[in-house]
Amino acid sequence: MLYREAGDFKTSYAADSQTFPIKFDRWRYWVVLAVAWLVIPFFINDYWANAILVPFLIYAIAAIGLNILTGYCGQVSLGTGGFMAVGAYSVYKLMTSFPDVSILIHVVLAGFITAAVGAAFGLPSLRIKGFYLAVATLAAQFFLVWLFNKVPWFYNYSASGQISAPERFIGNIAVTGAETTPWAQYLICLFFVTLCALLARNLTRGSLGRQWMAIRDMDIAAEIIGVDPLKAKLTAFAVSSFFIGIAGALFFAVYLGAVEVGEAFGIQKSFLVLFMCIIGGLGSIFGSFAGAAFLVLLPVALKVLGVDILGWPSSTVAHLQLVAVGGLIMFFLIKEPHGLAQLWRVAKEKLRMWPFPY
Amino acid sequence: MKDTVAPYTTADGRQIGDVLMDMRGITLRFGGVEAIKDISFDIREGEIRAIIGPNGAGKSSMLNVISGFYNPQDGEVWFRGAKRPPMKPYQVARQGIARTFQNIALFDGMSVLDNIMTGRLTHMKSGLLAQAVWKGRAEREEVENRAVVERIIDFLEIQAIRKTPVGRLPYGLKKRVELARALAAEPKLLLLDEPMAGMNVEEKEDMSRFILDVNDEFGTTIALIEHDMGVVMDLSDRVVVMDYGRKIGDGTPSEVRNNQEVIDAYLGVAHD
Repeated sequence: MLYREAGDFKTSYAADSQTFPIKFDRWRYWVVLAVAWLVIPFFINDYWANAILVPFLIYAIAAIGLNILTGYCGQVSLGTGGFMAVGAYSVYKLMTSFPDVSILIHVVLAGFITAAVGAAFGLPSLRIKGFYLAVATLAAQFFLVWLFNKVPWFYNYSASGQISAPERFIGNIAVTGAETTPWAQYLICLFFVTLCALLARNLTRGSLGRQWMAIRDMDIAAEIIGVDPLKAKLTAFAVSSFFIGIAGALFFAVYLGAVEVGEAFGIQKSFLVLFMCIIGGLGSIFGSFAGAAFLVLLPVALKVLGVDILGWPSSTVAHLQLVAVGGLIMFFLIKEPHGLAQLWRVAKEKLRMWPFPY
Repeated sequence: MKDTVAPYTTADGRQIGDVLMDMRGITLRFGGVEAIKDISFDIREGEIRAIIGPNGAGKSSMLNVISGFYNPQDGEVWFRGAKRPPMKPYQVARQGIARTFQNIALFDGMSVLDNIMTGRLTHMKSGLLAQAVWKGRAEREEVENRAVVERIIDFLEIQAIRKTPVGRLPYGLKKRVELARALAAEPKLLLLDEPMAGMNVEEKEDMSRFILDVNDEFGTTIALIEHDMGVVMDLSDRVVVMDYGRKIGDGTPSEVRNNQEVIDAYLGVAHD
């Protein structure tokens, strides 16, 4: 077996609470990071960047964001698309208003703006729960999309009502606009994914993460132990929206380049990210990646299988894809509510014993 | 009230000191229903105070008043020599009052360790940014508080289930974990709402032992609600008896046991 875990031999509490307690896991983590940073950029081409890797990375950030809110804090949100739009329009306004400031700073600022908007729309969560909260966040989704369509200031009075990202450089490398190379697109997204995953992991492992989970599992007991529900829920909304805002900013500026708000950030986007969290695993950072990878790869895989190999018409395959996603959601909700992340954990536990289960 | 102000010595020789919590003329109404009618009693530092009474007597409501879930319409709550303004439960928690619930209220999705660590919240001060960076203050704080939690885990003998998700534990252990979580807050006053409900004799003995040990070793003041009379009489230093929202008795277990009103309330009384 690849695993070397015969017992708990930790001698300090810090060692016991580290992210990857098993040495092999730690190594694998560094290898994945090294491949992502040092190998892939040299081999990436336009197809891989645009069809798979860049959307995967961006959706991973969004899924991490929603997972903090829904998976860790237990507040269902259907406003993800709307909040991504806030990130996109924030970064657009910042890019066009302050062309000399680095795009990196703009993206982070867009995250903060979205965090403020998210916290404001999180206020109803103090009074309502579950389905009712979901409906309230749905209102945010429709209101924000309407707002960005209705008020011309947001799209700088352009005739089409679209926003398109101007060219911006880091050093002398284009990261947005027509001249952008696939590896530059990929690297800027990877940078933010690495940063966000690290922040999310740190925030969920400490006392703040425990406050969120306490609110999720039993809000009365959480309050009696000293959790201020107002503060805990609003920080969850703010932190979650921060990530979602960054994802929205990258989705617009780096990935699509030009955006029509209803099309790019509509309700389907909210559901897509929610499905990523459910399939990947609620309450797990790894699950956010797994879910994003799964739902980005699924259409590609189905297309390769259906159109290229079996020769079906592409419309049939597109319909099949909807059926497959729907079926999978039901399967996961019934069979494994904790998603791919839980399957992974169970597989690891089983493998540890294998082939002698007793 | 005058008769309880002087310090006293318990049966096993412990000196009971000042008044920690003083309830003065508490009245709690739900619409037209008076759940608690003008009740006064105090809880002294270091004692084990029991609240007993038949079902529906208002015991749990009383505990909920103390822990801030209900604000009484009348009366004053004094804690550590100061009158307490109406408070939210989390503010009460920060004053140093922790509690357990009649039907267990643990965080099922979290491990035993995380559940107990939640009890340390009021002692953890690092902010959002410090935690996002993690290295430094947040990590140091985590490790320090983990050490405290591990002492409590040792104390309650739950080392083996440290990493188990709470949802998988049997009932008796859940009760113990809930006690551990409350203890982790290092409360001045610990409220236990039926800590032994639904337990078998052996589990009850264990739990009684733990409650006495907590009181003994940490010097924690405990107020508890319990239905098992044997347990109440053995554990507690003083007992408040409630019936239909009124206080019908207050004193040491032996005094209460011989109180005619208490006997009537429990055994029923002939109406003629």
